[in-house]
Amino acid sequence: MRIARIDLRKTLPPIDSPDLVQLDSLINRYKGKKGSLIPLLQGIQELYGYIPKEAFEKVSGETGIPVSKMFGIATFYAQFRLQPVGKHIIKVCHGTACHVQNAVEISESLEEALKVRDGETTEDRLFTLESVACLGCCSLAPVMMIGDRTYGKLTGTEAIKIIKNIRLGESN
Amino acid sequence: MLTTVTVGLGSCGIAAGARKTYEKIEALKSAEQLQFELRKTSCIGMCYREPLVEIRDDTGTYLYGEVDADRAVEVIEKHINQHSPVRDYIVYSDLFEAPENGFIQDQVKIVLRNCGYIDPESLEEYEGRNGYAAIRKIASEQISREKVIDTVLRSGLRGRGGGGFSTGMKWKFAFGNQSEEKFVICNADEGDPGAFMDRSVLEGDPHSVLEGMIIAAYAIGATHGVIYCRAEYPLAIKRLNIAIRQAFEKGYLGKNIFGITGFNLDIYIKEGAGAFVCGEETALIASVEGERGMPRKRPPFPAVSGLWKRPTNINNVETFANIPWIILNGAEAFARYGTEKSKGTKVFALAGKVRHSGLVEVPMGMTIRDVIFKLGGGIKNDKKFKAVQMGGPSGGCIPAFLSDTIVDYDSVNATGAIMGSGGMVVMDETTCMVDMARFFLDFTRKESCGKCTFCRMGTKRMLEILERITRGEGVSGDIEKLEELAYQIKDNSLCGLGQTAPNPVLTTIRYFRDEYEAHIHHKKCPARVCRPLLTYQVNQEKCTGCMVCLKNCPVQAITGERKQPHLIHQELCTRCGVCFSKCKFDAITIS
Repeated sequence: MRIARIDLRKTLPPIDSPDLVQLDSLINRYKGKKGSLIPLLQGIQELYGYIPKEAFEKVSGETGIPVSKMFGIATFYAQFRLQPVGKHIIKVCHGTACHVQNAVEISESLEEALKVRDGETTEDRLFTLESVACLGCCSLAPVMMIGDRTYGKLTGTEAIKIIKNIRLGESN
Repeated sequence: MLTTVTVGLGSCGIAAGARKTYEKIEALKSAEQLQFELRKTSCIGMCYREPLVEIRDDTGTYLYGEVDADRAVEVIEKHINQHSPVRDYIVYSDLFEAPENGFIQDQVKIVLRNCGYIDPESLEEYEGRNGYAAIRKIASEQISREKVIDTVLRSGLRGRGGGGFSTGMKWKFAFGNQSEEKFVICNADEGDPGAFMDRSVLEGDPHSVLEGMIIAAYAIGATHGVIYCRAEYPLAIKRLNIAIRQAFEKGYLGKNIFGITGFNLDIYIKEGAGAFVCGEETALIASVEGERGMPRKRPPFPAVSGLWKRPTNINNVETFANIPWIILNGAEAFARYGTEKSKGTKVFALAGKVRHSGLVEVPMGMTIRDVIFKLGGGIKNDKKFKAVQMGGPSGGCIPAFLSDTIVDYDSVNATGAIMGSGGMVVMDETTCMVDMARFFLDFTRKESCGKCTFCRMGTKRMLEILERITRGEGVSGDIEKLEELAYQIKDNSLCGLGQTAPNPVLTTIRYFRDEYEAHIHHKKCPARVCRPLLTYQVNQEKCTGCMVCLKNCPVQAITGERKQPHLIHQELCTRCGVCFSKCKFDAITIS
């Protein structure tokens, strides 16, 4: 049960309310089609990086699907986020192969360097730190993924260096 | 012949930098107008040597390992321009003894027959290697549906997702249920941490999975196909989408396909949203229907009432990839490999503390020792082999003294582990088995859907006990309590997740009880993993007094003068291990 993980997250001050107009085409595409709730939620998350409360309400109003049902789905699957995320999502792999090769060190180093805990976003909204079950790159363990780039054979120090470089690139 | 240069662009290769290698070679080719064909392929299996570049010329085949952009320049310059292969970087060749020749030669490739050979985004290349020949054979020889099912049945193929149920039987059940609409589903929700076989097949040879599904659909009379693929595999989804589009364009999907009147089939992808339990058939179906992925009671089995209450057949990626080969080569050719009750080959994802981590396909019946030491090259850094984890969170740890166990469904089951989908995570003496059990319980506790009380609460209680033990707060009776809970969870859970969740704990208690006892009674972690049980000390003779550990200690637990041996104050030390990792003189000892 993942509910605990969702509740524990530190919430940052709310950002401007999301632009819900973008939702219209999504709703039209899936409205009335059976079995399309998950793709619909995936689409919303793709738009905003998370599923805003307002989006739940709008979709519910237009499709008649109860918010409770959508919330039930969104909290069941690990992919869905209910909080805004940072620009870069750092996924630290905690699969078996990474675990036996000290993935904990990677997570701990990043937590210390970014001053956030697992699942949280940095105050400048640049990074969200997440641990994931397996990225399937076991031969490069321990691994982390930022955007669509995978970094393998890491140490804590190297992971921090990668973050620093991204931060440097952002400030230029 | 025109020389070909092929770059391996699977997920692992890309992560290791293969895209840069490819771009470099592409730039060189156009800048110097070199005469060779530059090709892409996917996973070659030798993940530990990525990025890999294969050069095939008039003389033979040369596989270069660890080819970064710089090395690519050197290899192209010497091999292509000067016709002199760079022996130092060659890992495999069919001409001479190269370091990894054994890795290739000891394998039998049925599932992976095209992986690493073809461009996965090219239908022509798949067809060039007998692709879609199996379904064509069925169409042209008018092989009946019963005969196809019979062939699969006789081949002895069993479900490769972990269950090990006879594929032919499953098809027979779905065939026997009449309905206007039937579904064939490919389970590509490879959620087992430490396994990447299905990802590699989907990325490397997506058409073979499609062809397997088409044959299954023909056999059972399915009208729709669904591939349930986890969203964490973006490259696999991309390549599958390309393959499906190509198949529709060619008329391999659609109406009256392959000239068989009335054989209509469409296939689409459903992206999973991240839930391990969705690997279970009924949970997967619920998820495709847009619900929470919770399993339901069987019967009725999916073959009777599955997706949208229609007869449904679900097979795993690897199972489907076997099918075209079996149809083309016959049941007997397949059954020639393997043991009495487990036929054919099995793909394993070797990972962990093994030298050659990667993808291997071996005949069933090979010993675990051969897989790890012959193909896997043994243990990294010459450490001692301790155990191998098979079957992920549903499986168990097989200890070194059982390494003569052969890999087939029944022999692996007898050890308390399961064959599972094929993940093999190798562990050495520095892996703590109690920590391993805790790791898997943490996983299953999070992934339990919450339906059955014993699975929902029981895994949590077990995890709490294990956490206590690894913190050094274990008490006598903990082991017995764990066992009691384990059997109750196994007996009282509806689906495979709960029924197998205690396996990692049970197998580690069975084979490594002494480690549990060391944690509980002596407050010691023999593998030196569980930090609260460790003591960090400064070796007074090795310490040079460089002050690095002192400066890095987050709780100021280290004192000392420059050029004088330092001291760790145990009452302040939080055992974070920073001093150990920072010390350049091996002066920090752990006991």
